[in-house]
Amino acid sequence: MKLDSKIPSGPIQEKWDRARFEMKLVNPANKRKYNIIVVGSGLAGGAAAASFGELGYNVKCFCYQDSPRRAHSIAAQGGINAAKNYQNDGDSIYRLFYDTVKGGDFRAREANVYRLAQISVNIIDQCVAQGVPFAREYGGTLSNRSFGGAQVSRTFYARGQTGQQLLLGAYQALMRQVDSGSVTMFPRTEMVDLVVVDGRARGIVTRNLISGKIESHVADAVVLGTGGYGNVFYLSTNAKGSNATAIWRAYKRGALFANPCFTQIHPTCIPVSGDYQSKLTLMSESLRNDGRIWVPLAKGDTRPPMQIPENERDYYLERRYPAFGNLVPRDIASRAAKQVCDEGHGVGSTGLGVYLDFSDAIQRLGNSVVADRYGNLFKMYERITGDNPYEVPMRIFPAIHYTMGGLWVDYQLQSTIPGLFVIGEANFSDHGANRLGASALMQGLSDGYFVLPYTIGNYLAAARPDGLDANHAQFREAEENVNRITQRLLAANGQRTVDSFHRELGKILWDYCGMARNAEGLRLALGKIRELREEYWKNVLVGGEAEDLNQSLERAGRVADYFELAELLVTDALARNESCGGHFREEFQTPEGEALRDDANYSYVAAWEYKGPNQEPELHKEPLEFEHVHPSQRSYK
Amino acid sequence: MKLILHIWRQKNPSAPGKMMRYPMDNLSHEMSVLEMLDVLNEQLIVKGERPVTFEHDCREGICGSCGFMINGVAHGPMPATTVCQLTLRHFKDGEEVYLEPWRAHAFPILKDLMVNRSALDRIIAAGGYISVPTGSAPDGNTIPVGKGDADRSMDAAACIGCGACVAACPNASAALFTGAKIAHLGLLPQGQPERNKRALKMVAQVTRELFGSCSNIGECEAVCPKEIRLEAIARMNRDFLAGSWTER
Ligand SMILES: Cc1cc2nc3c(=O)[nH]c(=O)nc-3n(C[C@H](O)[C@H](O)[C@H](O)COP(=O)(O)OP(=O)(O)OC[C@H]3O[C@@H](n4cnc5c(N)ncnc54)[C@H](O)[C@@H]3O)c2cc1C
Ligand code: FES
Repeated sequence: MKLDSKIPSGPIQEKWDRARFEMKLVNPANKRKYNIIVVGSGLAGGAAAASFGELGYNVKCFCYQDSPRRAHSIAAQGGINAAKNYQNDGDSIYRLFYDTVKGGDFRAREANVYRLAQISVNIIDQCVAQGVPFAREYGGTLSNRSFGGAQVSRTFYARGQTGQQLLLGAYQALMRQVDSGSVTMFPRTEMVDLVVVDGRARGIVTRNLISGKIESHVADAVVLGTGGYGNVFYLSTNAKGSNATAIWRAYKRGALFANPCFTQIHPTCIPVSGDYQSKLTLMSESLRNDGRIWVPLAKGDTRPPMQIPENERDYYLERRYPAFGNLVPRDIASRAAKQVCDEGHGVGSTGLGVYLDFSDAIQRLGNSVVADRYGNLFKMYERITGDNPYEVPMRIFPAIHYTMGGLWVDYQLQSTIPGLFVIGEANFSDHGANRLGASALMQGLSDGYFVLPYTIGNYLAAARPDGLDANHAQFREAEENVNRITQRLLAANGQRTVDSFHRELGKILWDYCGMARNAEGLRLALGKIRELREEYWKNVLVGGEAEDLNQSLERAGRVADYFELAELLVTDALARNESCGGHFREEFQTPEGEALRDDANYSYVAAWEYKGPNQEPELHKEPLEFEHVHPSQRSYK
Repeated sequence: MKLILHIWRQKNPSAPGKMMRYPMDNLSHEMSVLEMLDVLNEQLIVKGERPVTFEHDCREGICGSCGFMINGVAHGPMPATTVCQLTLRHFKDGEEVYLEPWRAHAFPILKDLMVNRSALDRIIAAGGYISVPTGSAPDGNTIPVGKGDADRSMDAAACIGCGACVAACPNASAALFTGAKIAHLGLLPQGQPERNKRALKMVAQVTRELFGSCSNIGECEAVCPKEIRLEAIARMNRDFLAGSWTER
């Protein structure tokens, strides 16, 4: 299979314009004859479904929650980037492009990233017009903050609830279309298979989460905006229901999966407190703007933080990275925290934690300014830990947060299956090996509002509606496939719950394929995952029935997919003999312990093809070319 | 620590429900109420019994999925805290704790602690938006918004749509939820053109959904995990009244 990224020719600044001009259009009067399925109602899916509805297409939108407003995007805290240069501090589209390619450690496609930077400015305009209550200056203009990996202030925010406000904007636009009849919403409905007819994506099979009924939906194109797969690690900052089922089952139907091992660990999360722990809570990266990270200089120092004098503290990020200090990119900040804890400087009962201290900021700015910027985050921290961050430093530790990998898409956001488009965190497209803060919201909305509405038209213009219906053999086959999986899970009727397996799988991944990886550990992990997967199918205890509201069964299906995905993730990590971004292979590092890329041999996107059950997947490579941002070792010193 | 749970168990919307008793042992203060239910469910599944169905997703107090009554109070004893963020620190060792679903005509029970809140989506669909199709927006800074207005708008926009306000209200009114959206959009210059019409359309939908009417009791404000103020209801009433004149 030859991967064609379909990057338009011409200078990078003109590529998107040129692509838009060259794309075919669907006659406005014909749009309502086309059916589009959008799976996901997050920033990506919600924005796309609303925009398609406005254009006049016939849209069906699916989500597993009871309302589209609850998609995981709602939890994003810190902000969204845009190259507006409202602060006059030297920002530009080119600089956002440059920062993103560099931040991604030179493993992203330049053309895609440039387009993202161009569109970023339109996103802010659209969201302001929708009524997103962004933070403002006293004069009424939009306010900005800085975020990791950048030296300009380009992040727009709505207190610590930016994702919530952007999602509500998209949700309200979506509900306006639901009211007008162009979009039909299917909440509490999980996509469990993709249907491919004559080589094209023509529909999906779903499970109604209330009745348990399996149903088929036919369309002229299918869009997946189903989010990331961070929950494969069990403990992550993702919502509990976030899952890989939609993209994984599309992978098994022929869509290539790109860079699965590029997973992001977020440096500022609340540390784990016990075995019952069900998820990890993120403390926004924006806290690193004013908070200073440190550990005691002496190993095993158990004094309360306020009793440790200034000269006995190690502000290790400021020391090692004087230029960026506490604002280095996430992968670097996370690894540095792991290093100091491994060396015995960690704090808290487990020794797996570092301090994030606001006392300087409070002295400099006063309590009320700090409260205005971070008040709700401080409250959240106190609610969970019982400590007051105005008085004692927060304790933080890295946690799985985001997945840069995802289904492979070309410049048009189309997967290797014609008619299957993938947007938002579910695709692999714009962040390379590491995503910069405040860039996921930007990418989701860019894909949903401004890219896909053009590119899907180009596809549909060439695909005439043909009256295919759900009685087609391919739909029957997919439904049977789904029923078979369900019956197998229920029939195992073993001794161990779904969660106990999931927790163990997550631990294997975190230990061997987390912040640092090596070949030996990865090989060990592969064996352990396979063993545990075998046990899963024999010994899992699901309980309840298929045709009923059965939350244990919902989880069982998702965990079955995680087992397979975990294997691919480790396989990819093993095949990439270099360190880059979130993928740190211990064998490949500089003498100072920084990631050592191998551009001569690994400057490519690794796209994996499914070859059948228990078969090795096949690796396809999309070479990456850098005309504008010359690959160099990232330096934040 | 120990707690004695009493949980509403109901198999489906038409089945009769009842309270069941579950003594819980070996709990940690740092657990959330939902993590306690996870532990209970693991035990029930292993015993071959039906686990307790409850709704949840983000577990960070922002998605609005979770919510039930704890000892008669929506989201339990801590102000400004959803059940997913409520830790057991706030309960006494050995306490009897009663968990029941939201009860309101407009929120039929689906199973155990899970109810159907889709009426809230239909209220938004009726008019809770600014009509601005993708692509038709002017530059963000051409619409100045005073910091005070932006902040107050944000206060109202913080609503997570959990339904606690309805569950707490003796009339099962959705006034705080509806008022919050009307205030969020009505406080911004972008929201002015449709302001009165928005109130009329949303309030009409509230009536169709069989929510009760607001009699200014204030229980909703007391339980709201995002501390939405009653002021929002006053704004709704004002816009509705204005709309009754201007939109005739
Ligand atoms: C705590 C936290 C804070 C963050 N903060 C920031 C930030 O400040 N800035 C930033 O840029 N990014 C941030 N991110 C990342 C960002 O929020 C996400 O990457 C982004 O919101 C993903 O959007 P999405 O539309 O791709 O997917 P999601 O919002 O995850 O939506 C997925 C949708 O797909 C649906 N779905 C999933 N699977 C199925 C299925 N099988 N069947 C049917 N429907 C399905 C879900 O119901 C949902 O509607 C943060 C992430 C987390 C976890
Ligand atoms: S689970 Fe999201 S608010 Fe409680």
